[in-house]
Amino acid sequence: MPITTTEPTALPELTTDDLSRYSRHLILPEVGMEGQRRLKAARVLCVGTGGLGSPLAFYLAAAGIGTLGLVDFDVVDASNLQRQIIHSTKDIGRKKLDSAAEKLTALNPALNVVKHDTMLSSANALEILKEYDIVADGTDNFPTRYLVNDACVLLGKPNVYGSIFRFEGQASVFATEQGPCYRCLYPEPPPPGLVPSCAEGGVLGILPGLVGVMQATEVIKLILGKGEPLIGRLLLVDALNMRFRELKLRKNPECPVCGTNPTVTQLIDYQQFCGIVPETPQESSVKNGIPQITVKELKRRIDAGEDVQLIDVREPYEYQIAQIGGKLIPQNDVPQRLAEIDREREVVVHCRSGARSQRIAEFLKQSGYPRVANVAGGILAWSDEIDPRVQKY
Amino acid sequence: MTIFIPTPLRSYVDGRDAIDVNASTIAEALSELTRTHPELRQHLFTVEGKLRAFVNLYLNDEDVRYLPGKEATAVSAGDTLSIIPSIAGGD
Repeated sequence: MPITTTEPTALPELTTDDLSRYSRHLILPEVGMEGQRRLKAARVLCVGTGGLGSPLAFYLAAAGIGTLGLVDFDVVDASNLQRQIIHSTKDIGRKKLDSAAEKLTALNPALNVVKHDTMLSSANALEILKEYDIVADGTDNFPTRYLVNDACVLLGKPNVYGSIFRFEGQASVFATEQGPCYRCLYPEPPPPGLVPSCAEGGVLGILPGLVGVMQATEVIKLILGKGEPLIGRLLLVDALNMRFRELKLRKNPECPVCGTNPTVTQLIDYQQFCGIVPETPQESSVKNGIPQITVKELKRRIDAGEDVQLIDVREPYEYQIAQIGGKLIPQNDVPQRLAEIDREREVVVHCRSGARSQRIAEFLKQSGYPRVANVAGGILAWSDEIDPRVQKY
Repeated sequence: MTIFIPTPLRSYVDGRDAIDVNASTIAEALSELTRTHPELRQHLFTVEGKLRAFVNLYLNDEDVRYLPGKEATAVSAGDTLSIIPSIAGGD
């Protein structure tokens, strides 16, 4: 069954331009005139116009989706271009929404692009999502993933899910009436910091291409009501070994949002659910018991000849790109190499952005180091505020 | 049986993507895995020894949570156990 039950007679007619543009669809029995008219009538929301959102939105626009909503608040950065193919070099610094909308309407001028220039939140999610038939989740963080899932369940909209890390991807279709939702698969998020983001862990540029196109395929199948959607199945992609596997997913009758007796009946505070505590300026100088030092303070102390035992917990290949004079002990080697870190001296830990080094600083504190500090912002802040010759990556 | 190790956990098993263990149940396979690779333990289990809520286990293509015997389910040499942690990347 197609996702929208619109009677064929109520579907929009195809124009002469449509007939030539979509001729390769029209000769497919699974699409045909009726299917193409269903695509034209469809309203799809892409949450995020980054790695997954780029190929997803591009292919949906090409396929003849009538209305495509885009949610993003970010601007294009040079480091996005390795995978976010909807943006170009000339777009660096522009809003992703403007850059994406321009490419999509250039590809398909008949497309109606709706720009939602905002961060999806509990306050606006239901209002935004309710205007669409299908939601495609191309976000990059746990709070938004749970938010999109819960909002889709509450509104009864299918959630076409894709997620990536390094060389590995997952795809599924959640929140259909009969199928499981994201919370059936993962009832709880990992504690903050335990699962690295793409910015920390890296991602093969092609991977969001693979997974985003799978999401686009599922969106189109749902609209057409053809084929077998990824409902109740989790597709795993390992790009490094080029292996695809499939796992069975079940609807959890005790799921707090889509189960028989749901306890989540409205949107909640997803930052809090994911254990993310908002920082106040007073608190930011000490995080989880670890003093945070700014790059300016670090520079001042080095220049003043103060004793600074600076430990760089990044990986050797990152060290090759940029370094600021710290001793390199990659984060996973730290437990075995404690003997190289002097307990009698203060330890100052840094990484690329300050996230990994915070965890290692906490680990060192737990391991009995009395004085441990974290460099807030890491190499990125050093490059911005101290020395732009230190290469950002 | 073969245990598939997901990317985020490969750094704790010398970068390997699969590890073979001798075991007669899922629980035994996990205990053998964490005995030979102790660093994995804290990533898979809480301090109380419970599998973490953001890590799923699949025996072949079945979610272990829905197997009647759960982690006591018997396994044979040809079975695979997949560890599937949640990932959120997409940008």
